[in-house]
Amino acid sequence: MSECALKKVTTHSPEEVERVKDWINTEEYKEKNFARTALVINPAHACQPLGAQMVATSFEGSLPFVHGSQGCASYFRSTFTRHFREPAAATCDAMTEDGAVFGGQNNLFEGLENAYTLYKPKMMPVYTTCMPEVIGDDLTAFIRNAKQKGHVPEDLPIPYANTPSFNGTHIHGYDAMLNSILQYLTEGQKIEGKCTGKLNLIPGFDGNTGNIREYKRILEAMEIPYTVMADTSEVFDTPCDGTYRLYPGGTRIEDAAESINGKATISLQKYSTANTMKWIEEAYSGQKLVMPMPFGIKKTDEFLMKLSELFGKPIPKELKAERGRAVDAMTDAHQYLHGKKFAVAGDPDYLFGIVTFLLEMGAIPHHVLCSRATKKFQKEMQALLDSSPFGKGCAVYINKDLWHMRSLLVTDPVEGIIGDTHAKWAARDARIPLFRIGFPIIDRVNLHRTPVVGYQGAVNMLTMIANKFLDIKDETCTDQWFEMMR
Amino acid sequence: MSERKPIPGITKERTEKLIEETLAAMPDKARKKRAPHLGANEPTVSPCAVKSNKKVVPGVMSQRGCAYAGAKGVVWGPIRDMVHVSHGPIGCGVYSWGTRRNLMQGTPGVTSFPMDFTSDFQERDIVYGGDKKLETLLREADELFPLNKGLSILSECPVGLIGDDINAVAKKMEKELDKLVVPCNCEGFRGVSQSLGHHISNDSIRDHIIGKYEFAEEAGPYDVALIGDYNIGGDVWAAKPILEEIGLNVKSVWTGDGEVEKIAATHTVKLNLIHCYRSMNYMCKVMEEKWGIPWIEYNFFGPTKIEESLRAIAARFDETIQEKAEAVIARYKPVMQAVLDQYRPRLEGKTAMLFVGGLRPRHTVGAYEDLGIQITGSGYEFAHQDDYDRTAPEMAKDTIIYDDVSEFELEKFVEEFKPDLIGSGIKEKYVFQKSGIPFRQMHSWDYSGPYHGYEGFKIFARDIDMAINSPTWKLVKGPF
Repeated sequence: MSECALKKVTTHSPEEVERVKDWINTEEYKEKNFARTALVINPAHACQPLGAQMVATSFEGSLPFVHGSQGCASYFRSTFTRHFREPAAATCDAMTEDGAVFGGQNNLFEGLENAYTLYKPKMMPVYTTCMPEVIGDDLTAFIRNAKQKGHVPEDLPIPYANTPSFNGTHIHGYDAMLNSILQYLTEGQKIEGKCTGKLNLIPGFDGNTGNIREYKRILEAMEIPYTVMADTSEVFDTPCDGTYRLYPGGTRIEDAAESINGKATISLQKYSTANTMKWIEEAYSGQKLVMPMPFGIKKTDEFLMKLSELFGKPIPKELKAERGRAVDAMTDAHQYLHGKKFAVAGDPDYLFGIVTFLLEMGAIPHHVLCSRATKKFQKEMQALLDSSPFGKGCAVYINKDLWHMRSLLVTDPVEGIIGDTHAKWAARDARIPLFRIGFPIIDRVNLHRTPVVGYQGAVNMLTMIANKFLDIKDETCTDQWFEMMR
Repeated sequence: MSERKPIPGITKERTEKLIEETLAAMPDKARKKRAPHLGANEPTVSPCAVKSNKKVVPGVMSQRGCAYAGAKGVVWGPIRDMVHVSHGPIGCGVYSWGTRRNLMQGTPGVTSFPMDFTSDFQERDIVYGGDKKLETLLREADELFPLNKGLSILSECPVGLIGDDINAVAKKMEKELDKLVVPCNCEGFRGVSQSLGHHISNDSIRDHIIGKYEFAEEAGPYDVALIGDYNIGGDVWAAKPILEEIGLNVKSVWTGDGEVEKIAATHTVKLNLIHCYRSMNYMCKVMEEKWGIPWIEYNFFGPTKIEESLRAIAARFDETIQEKAEAVIARYKPVMQAVLDQYRPRLEGKTAMLFVGGLRPRHTVGAYEDLGIQITGSGYEFAHQDDYDRTAPEMAKDTIIYDDVSEFELEKFVEEFKPDLIGSGIKEKYVFQKSGIPFRQMHSWDYSGPYHGYEGFKIFARDIDMAINSPTWKLVKGPF
């Protein structure tokens, strides 16, 4: 644009605006949209350190420590706080330009020392942002030096994970940090022949504290001793009783340390614990299993039967009754979901769970979208769809974002969308209700407290979805179709 | 405004002792670094003794963001008719997507773009560089969103570290697309806070935007621009009508609900009215030096400040405007009195502590005082010396002033001063609510708003009353 000729401020004509409004809902636009190679619009994933922070905060007395930029640390804390409506303590060593030039070792020294002195943590897991990853900071050496120079006590656990944002997503950061913490805490703890008799349950990246409580309730009902790793439920769902607790709970460090001698270890999220489980497979005693999240009836059955088998405990009457009530709810209400088409977006493990539930209800998971996933995921999801007549004609999209999903929704509509808050723009444009399941949910209250796993989770999802459909019917039907009963 | 009466129980000795005790918990080096940032207020001493705009002390849990946050979240993001590209890895764009509540008109994806556009850098982009990808990405964005009036490129940390040249790409693409394509080198590691992000954005607005357009209609004697209002919770929509009511013609807003061509044509207005001094005073100075446009600060929080500001603004114009301003003030007086009659009796004598970004810790003081609430502590995430100089006279003597306060420090101060309300950010909110202290998020108006102007004050008063007098606080302590 040349300096001298000033352009006039313009406005688009209403006709032009209308034309583009219509155009972005067309097949032609969809094709152009899907032809994108470089631009990502409205992705449904975040970066590695966010996932690392979820793990780092979920051990008792543990203070997450970001090695890198101050801004990143603030973003992670805000994101958790907005989702859980809870404090999300984490500190960082605030690297700036000079850190970028000279490396972040001095920042780490000073940061660890200040954080340890002020906040007295039992453990400080360190994870990185982009900046130290690009410049190649050597955390092994830095942390060793920090201890040698006396900035923090030698015996303070400081596990670390490399979590560059330009690689993987939040679920991979979860995996990396969990792997690192468990390796650190269990080192030298393995005792041949010793068995704690406990189950190690790894929930994976899960923004639903209700889910974690549900797992614990089930295990307690079955009288199975357990350690949840890492336990967010006491960290991100704390009482309001007049006292702020910097360290409100989480997995006890001692329990995590002895988890290596457990009777069994089960991960309920294959994709967010892949490396951790690979290592556990080699290092841990007892049985090691990766199971799908217990969404719906059958996956919950499998979970309970496996627990029963592993621990020789019968499935208690109360859980059997609960199953019966859930099935009762599902048969009672199947008509409101049967044959209804859905679009689903989210993290891989959640997607498997949600799709399982939909298929069980006779609903159709028409568009399944993951904004970062592998071909392997796509194949496995396709296999799940192929296992049911209701999966016929459904499509799986990987490495596509929510702007792609918008195109799918307007050209090939569905009746409901299941995803996190990010999907609300596409949902609004397509005028399709959004059922919020996943992370983050920053525009509705308390959904993270309502479990979506187990028998009770199936009832909760069913209730949320069926009643919304009924609300819509009541709100939109003409007078002659407005009825007392639905 | 005359100097405030001292607040009973707050003395210099008490405040200084509190600061000393708080600092005592820190290692030597941290204590030395933090000490100059905390102080007892001296309303009449200038410059204010509290130091600011220094690096965050590592490890202390600061609430600050980064230059990218200042550039994308504050300055560029609110311009509704541009496509703003978060250039780099996935995180920054996602975390800043829609989280500042800078509302905008338009049809999303057609004429407005409140979305997350990102290049989602992968390892190969770090190794080979992202410039080529950026070119392709800009073409794709322009094709898919043809009614955009321009594109901005906001660089994230790795982009600067690997030495990508977004400025060259922008120059090339501006020609190719025949649209404004503005590079903003706002990598998060630059500077010490969001503030540098504002400054870098202002530089790019100066170099790439301002003076490139002219308004289609002729200039008039009452043309003004609103500078530094980002339309959080609809603030602009509450402020603009008042200015129009007094006869001014608001030609453009920087940058809340902003339109880039109007921003580019601002150099022809008669007066710039600046709200958020911290983020935008530099632009007023640029326009003053280059185009001779005078500027004044104003404050639309609470009736007292609104009246003061309307008179000060009107004084820059002729009698017509002055008369209209008086008429507007007179018209709203009973409306505001009704609000005060409703809420002041319920709030009189309460105290509040504030800690927000770069404007509200001083600008909102008057609104609290209108409601009978005294401010016992105030401070900023990313203010500079001139902000503190403007804050000191707004605060009572010996109240506590804290710059870039850490969570540890703020907890101590709150414990000592026991305010009835804290006005601060999302990260602090639940820390204090768990302790049973009423809280309002004052970066985002806690999903409410607007708080500006006459309409805004009604909502502010309702929200403050709701926070302090919610019966839920009485349930915090159980009976057993």
